[in-house]
Amino acid sequence: MDIIVCAKNVPDVAEADLNISDKGTDIDKEDLVFGINDWDNYAIEEAVLLKEKHGGTVTAVTVGNEDDEEVLRRCLAMGADRAIRIEADDISRFDSFVISKILSRVIKDLQFDLIFTGVLAEDDYYGMVGMMMAEELNVNHANMVTALEIEDGKARTTSELEGGLGEVSLIELPALLTIQTGINEPRYVSILGIRKAAKKELKTIELADLGLSDEELSPRTIIEEAFLPPETEGAEILTGDPDKISSKIIEILKKKGVME
Amino acid sequence: MSELFVIVEHRLGEIRDITFEMLWKAGELAEMLSSDLTAILIGHEVNSIAEKISDRADKIIIFDDEGLKNFNADIYKEILAGLIEESKPTLTLIGNTSWGMELAPCLSIRAGLPLATDCIDIISKNGNLIAQRQMYSGKIFANVSFAESDGYILTIRSGVFPTDRIGDRQAQIVQKDFALKDITVKKNFIEFVETAAGDVDITQAELLISVGRGIGEEDNITIVKELAEALNGILSCSRPIVDKNWLPKYLQVGTSGKSVTPKVYIAVGISGAFQHLAGISGAGTVIAINKDPKAPIFRTADYGIVDDLFKIVPVLKDKILEVKKG
Repeated sequence: MDIIVCAKNVPDVAEADLNISDKGTDIDKEDLVFGINDWDNYAIEEAVLLKEKHGGTVTAVTVGNEDDEEVLRRCLAMGADRAIRIEADDISRFDSFVISKILSRVIKDLQFDLIFTGVLAEDDYYGMVGMMMAEELNVNHANMVTALEIEDGKARTTSELEGGLGEVSLIELPALLTIQTGINEPRYVSILGIRKAAKKELKTIELADLGLSDEELSPRTIIEEAFLPPETEGAEILTGDPDKISSKIIEILKKKGVME
Repeated sequence: MSELFVIVEHRLGEIRDITFEMLWKAGELAEMLSSDLTAILIGHEVNSIAEKISDRADKIIIFDDEGLKNFNADIYKEILAGLIEESKPTLTLIGNTSWGMELAPCLSIRAGLPLATDCIDIISKNGNLIAQRQMYSGKIFANVSFAESDGYILTIRSGVFPTDRIGDRQAQIVQKDFALKDITVKKNFIEFVETAAGDVDITQAELLISVGRGIGEEDNITIVKELAEALNGILSCSRPIVDKNWLPKYLQVGTSGKSVTPKVYIAVGISGAFQHLAGISGAGTVIAINKDPKAPIFRTADYGIVDDLFKIVPVLKDKILEVKKG
């Protein structure tokens, strides 16, 4: 079972105060901490679990600059056998369409039974690179996979649907699956583990060597303007020390009839 | 006359709300752009579904075949690529649902049309099409334009547009056939499974105390559980808690879990991803405790406490027990 996993380095914005960059089309990322996209973390774990069960290889791929190699090192530490980075200094000039073209071109020449991507990326929230690649590479596919078994050369997948329903399908390999969070419990990666994985193969491919046409490298969507959410009335903020805040909450609960 | 396409989403014989929401937005755009509004309905024995939207579109194109009973992205893609080639619609709207997220990117490549996913609005600015969407967990909004093209595909986020009827339309029904035998299906539908069945039904609760990622560690959930017990409320949670296996799926509030309608919903350490907010749109009063003042939950909540939950929750619990003792 040869598996390719596409992973992306993204800024952690969970508790960060975000500012719009000077160009006005993205956020200022200077002070943000980067790490593997949450969905991709589950994807690489799923690939390594399959390898441990069925044998084979796991290859991690990313498009980005040298800093983005951190994601690949993490994948190698988790159990990937080798990694490929397609060199691109500023990926924000590409859209999902271009990224899917780049990845497809590289993956086309590799041996694979499965390709995993995360359902979407935490930064742009587009969630389209995976399925664009499936079409580009003409392979079978399933979206938002929350459970996966390999049986007789086929993948038995459960796709998450809205409202607590799962859709079970049987798919012929090779196939591309977009992996949903919660499918497994990604293993912990130590600094020592990352250091140990430094011996593994990490190859860099120049974008120019891929021979993509101008059309393939032309984004089809362009961010004209990024901005902070428009002001809304929002919540009435309760202030004071914990004791005072608690009294205010109790008052509300009583008024709404859920506390005597 | 230009044309707008809306792809009807339905499941197990029921039309999905996202279809009505897309038809609402498309109805508004059709008036603005003087376009015809065409709904595309693919399935088997779908007449009752067509009836439900017959006053919301100018035309309904129906593909009815036993082989179309279950959703299959590749079959949908081939049918739609053919239709798009034939009619060249200005816009094709698809739901940003699990199925739509599989279909739209494939169709975009197959038909050679630009795609923007998860749109929360569609605007025309100086005659140019602009899709509005969110990035960075809803903390940033973005206006997106497109490379020049004959048509564009947009997927629409659930719950942002009304499900109401807009305008006055009477749909002409057009039945079409598709040569199913021409495509080899390599993905077979097996079954639907309930992934959120369990002992507790959070959809019936009057008071929910919900815990999210901000709780940090599994053991910490105890303090939220104790708060729920002190209030005789029911404990629920957001997705990250279920992903980590800390609480069962049947306690999950949100798009992929349950939609809830309590009188009061207390969100503890929940930032408020839109999938979660969609699940609490029917809640009476929302009280949110989160230390990030920019957390999207504060945009929807009625009351907010911007503070460390570990400082507030234990004090609140003690105070409730005290008040109850009288």
